[in-house]
Amino acid sequence: MASTTVPRATGARSPRTARMRRQLPTSPWLFAAPGLLVVGVFVLYPFVSTLVNSFTDRRTLIPGEFVGLDNFRELLHDDMFWIGLRNSTLYVLVVVPALVVLPLLLALLVQRNIPGIAFFRSAFYTPVVASIVVVGLIWVWLFDERGLVNSLLETIGVGRVGFLSDQWLLLLSAMTVTVWKGLGYYMIIYLAALANVPRELHEAAAVDGAGAVRRFLSVTVPAVRSTMVLVGALSSVAAFKVFSEVYLMAGPSGGPAGEDTTLVMLVQRTGTGLTGRVGYASAMSVVVFVITVGLMLLVLRADRGEET
Amino acid sequence: MSVVEKTAVRPSPPATPMREPRVTDDHGRRVRGWELALRYALLLGVLALTVGPFLWQLSTSLKGPTEDIYSSPPTFLPGRPTLHNYERVAETIPVWDYALNSVKVAIANVVTNCVGSALAGYALARLRYRGRRVTTLVFILAMLVPVEGIIIAQFTTMRELGLNNTLIGVILPGCVGAMNVLLMRNAFLNLPYEIEEAAYVDGADVWQRFLRIALPAVKGTLAVVAIFAFMGAWDDFLWPLIVLSDPSKFTLTIGLNYLHGTFANDERLVAAGTVIAVAPLIALFACLQRYFFRGVGEGAVKG
Repeated sequence: MASTTVPRATGARSPRTARMRRQLPTSPWLFAAPGLLVVGVFVLYPFVSTLVNSFTDRRTLIPGEFVGLDNFRELLHDDMFWIGLRNSTLYVLVVVPALVVLPLLLALLVQRNIPGIAFFRSAFYTPVVASIVVVGLIWVWLFDERGLVNSLLETIGVGRVGFLSDQWLLLLSAMTVTVWKGLGYYMIIYLAALANVPRELHEAAAVDGAGAVRRFLSVTVPAVRSTMVLVGALSSVAAFKVFSEVYLMAGPSGGPAGEDTTLVMLVQRTGTGLTGRVGYASAMSVVVFVITVGLMLLVLRADRGEET
Repeated sequence: MSVVEKTAVRPSPPATPMREPRVTDDHGRRVRGWELALRYALLLGVLALTVGPFLWQLSTSLKGPTEDIYSSPPTFLPGRPTLHNYERVAETIPVWDYALNSVKVAIANVVTNCVGSALAGYALARLRYRGRRVTTLVFILAMLVPVEGIIIAQFTTMRELGLNNTLIGVILPGCVGAMNVLLMRNAFLNLPYEIEEAAYVDGADVWQRFLRIALPAVKGTLAVVAIFAFMGAWDDFLWPLIVLSDPSKFTLTIGLNYLHGTFANDERLVAAGTVIAVAPLIALFACLQRYFFRGVGEGAVKG
């Protein structure tokens, strides 16, 4: 792009261009080197080695040998793997719709500039800033057998609920925490999108007698649809890779009989430590990777499909 | 056409002083009283849900050993607030050492990310060299790789380098984030080229152009990178959990997990620990909100 200016000025600038050329071979690489080195050694090399390891029986302390598709065959018969896949998939199915819709409603609530609104916006964002460990432990205490939620439930006469002891309630509680922590983040994304919705559309709809719900469905939603797709893509990838919330709430072994283990928890449990089965965990990682990419393509394709 | 209409429809909206609360909506019309009341009621409800859990944790951490924390109906305010639990955390785990480790990791992450991504971003945006496209592609690919999918290989790589169970090992994998490089690249691309060209004509070499002209112009994006690097390192859990096994090297998040795992029944203690871990970030957020929000926008567009 900028090269268009060069031919014009070649004659006048040739000595400088020559000097520039003297710097050229080395300095751009000096600039890019730190970043390239880090990304190469700690992202791209591990990525390739994950692919390679997934075809070996490598362990943490044993180099291992090539075993072909054995790891993937073993996955098919591994109950724990299917539990992990089930839980991570359920996570996407429950968390993503909530994180596409609720932050949009929240953004509409804080969109209008009424007194004090900046405070509310910031306050709603606080859970995003907090570490997932802090958030997880806060909710472990809230959902505790004797915690605040159960105290309130007992006060209103519902009685105490074992949020953290039942396999399904535990998963649902962890999902609640994920949604709670993500609300503010996606709210900010929606706020930016809502700022670009032309007011005339709303006014015209109001003149035509459309109520608030109708205006939301036929003006707001179509106007922020591409943002909804973006939020759907971001949140589904994040939801499928869920680890910390469930790890903290259900414990390292994944709740009663490990029934709440997610796929990334299983990767962490299988592949780390001195006895880690690196090869087998790498095969699981490949599955995580393929499904993550698949989810993104699926969401983006759904977007294109609807448009036509 | 819409511009003309808009100005025609709204003839100097805020100029007309309303008698009572002059709260107006985006169109300059006055918001009806009941609608405003409903809005504030909803806002307060959501506020209770988002901030309430933090306050409950704070309240629990301030309750003394004799106070009932399980009562039903719950008591929200500590009867006799005490810092006793914070002293107990420090006696139970070396919490200040953990905090110091977290600070070290976070600050190192900020410095390396700012330096590394500014340099690489500048090369991608402004320097012409063979292989620039390939380098850009490398960073894009690296951004798309999900960390959770390569974490085992990162662990074995760290072992090969002999850096597992060190703070350096915690820092290294994310010390120059690919997304930060691309953010900086975009920031540099959005600068007008003419200024640098003028400096070039005046004889400034590439380092002078980078340090004196381009870098000061992208301070805002650099601040975003710094804040997200700090927050990312301070909050990270999975990677330090995998790479650190020696309790003396723990960061705060791992230390909290350890505290919770060992003293799960002592809610006051765990509550005090979480408050110690979250307070610095909430303070940081309160001071630098603008950059936090801006980062969400830029990150989402790229990511």
